[in-house]
Amino acid sequence: MIKVEHVSKTFGTLEALQDISLTIHKGDIVSLIGPSGSGKSTLLRCIHGLEKIEKGRILLNGEELNPDKPSFHALRKKMGFVFQHFNLFENKTVLENCMLAQIKVNHVPEEKAKSVAEEYLARVGLLDKKEVYPKKLSGGQKQRVAIARALCMQPEVMLFDEPTSALDPEMIKEVLEVMKDLKTQGMTMVVVTHEMGFAQKVGNRVVFLDEGSIVEENEADAFFTNPKTERAKDFLSKVFYL
Amino acid sequence: MSDVLTIENLLFMLKGAGWGLLLALGAILIGGMIGILCAFGKTSKHALPNLIASIYVELFRGTPMLLQILFFYLGVPVIYQRITGMRMNANPYLVGLLALSFNSGAYQSELIRAGINGVDHGQWEACETLGINKVTAMKEIILPQAFKNILPPIVSEFIMLIKDSSLISNIGALELLYAAQVLGKQYYDYLSPLLVAGLMYLIITIFTSWLAKQMERRLALRD
Ligand SMILES: Nc1ncnc2c1ncn2[C@@H]1O[C@H](COP(=O)(O)OP(=O)(O)OP(=O)(O)O)[C@@H](O)[C@H]1O
Ligand SMILES: [Mg+2]
Repeated sequence: MIKVEHVSKTFGTLEALQDISLTIHKGDIVSLIGPSGSGKSTLLRCIHGLEKIEKGRILLNGEELNPDKPSFHALRKKMGFVFQHFNLFENKTVLENCMLAQIKVNHVPEEKAKSVAEEYLARVGLLDKKEVYPKKLSGGQKQRVAIARALCMQPEVMLFDEPTSALDPEMIKEVLEVMKDLKTQGMTMVVVTHEMGFAQKVGNRVVFLDEGSIVEENEADAFFTNPKTERAKDFLSKVFYL
Repeated sequence: MSDVLTIENLLFMLKGAGWGLLLALGAILIGGMIGILCAFGKTSKHALPNLIASIYVELFRGTPMLLQILFFYLGVPVIYQRITGMRMNANPYLVGLLALSFNSGAYQSELIRAGINGVDHGQWEACETLGINKVTAMKEIILPQAFKNILPPIVSEFIMLIKDSSLISNIGALELLYAAQVLGKQYYDYLSPLLVAGLMYLIITIFTSWLAKQMERRLALRD
């Protein structure tokens, strides 16, 4: 459903992505892993159009995602994005966070937007916090609201950029549980993560990036038990203590 | 203390204070709107709005307020007559309101711009990923958050405006300081009216500061 074709992206002289090609199928849970600065976030942001690509193209359901094309807006609405630092709207309550885009972008009537928001807040277990402002929430709760907010737009794909990296250890699980629940609903997901347990157990595919290139692409299980490349082996030996 | 301080004269001064306060209120609001437009212009990717906003801000911050008031009152009618051949009688209150608004707009645009830049960039990106357009993002998310940061300097600006409104006495509009001078001249006693005027200014500005503190407290409740 997502096709990345020969995508390159530079920041000044730095080649953040070099000739990336990748196919993501419906129902896939793809983990993007790799060392810091390898281009994981940049790739994810390019897929959502937050960064403009210089070479190559990105297709969603066969249609090109191009900011210069009129279809861009409608296409990117099919993708939800979750940030490392949540980026909840600080001047809005939890419920308003989940309603705003429904009303302003999809022109859903207020009552309907509210019931949709409540439905997804219930699914991430935070309906009781709906009248609260984000500052009052813990990190894990913020991230679950951010996920609910994205889901309210009924996306076909969810993109996560290190959703648990800013969280205290005891809150990581509650967020991963929500993502696991999304898997059972058949959601397609692309996840930049350092949670190797999640990548192995919940994800079905792994894309290993280093210095802006895809070094290895593999089934999740195979990647962790029997990586094909030396660089992946080296990386895994560093991230797993023991 | 003296014969000046009759109820009638105090009311006369209060009326002047009312005018000053009204002009300052009008100017802070109109100036705020100009400021938002300018801040938009200055953050725009296009060259023209950027240039217009920059020239405007430099012009009004770089010349004395009194000159601006005199220009609107004495200069603009001349230009109007040259162009249309018709006479124009400028209303000093309207001129005062315009001059104060334009002047305040220039200062407020810088405050608002700094406030907008102070909002975490992630808030913009969250809007973008949800498909919320720039204008809606500005209105719903960015400006309300910027407002909290710029409320204190905007209040200082408002207090400046209350004091600067006394400048319109130069074009014959009644305001507090002008009223005090008129009474002083009439009764050969400048001390009492000036003291009363000072007291009235203080009451207005201290009350304004107090009000602003309450507002800040209420906004902070969200944190
Ligand atoms: N907006 C930007 N301007 C300039 N350079 C950037 C920008 N964003 C990313 N980079 C650079 O591009 C490279 C790839 O960055 P990216 O954020 O994609 O890495 P990452 O794999 O997500 O790393 P991390 O695990 O630390 O998040 C890095 O060298 C980074 O410094
Ligand atoms: Mg990153």
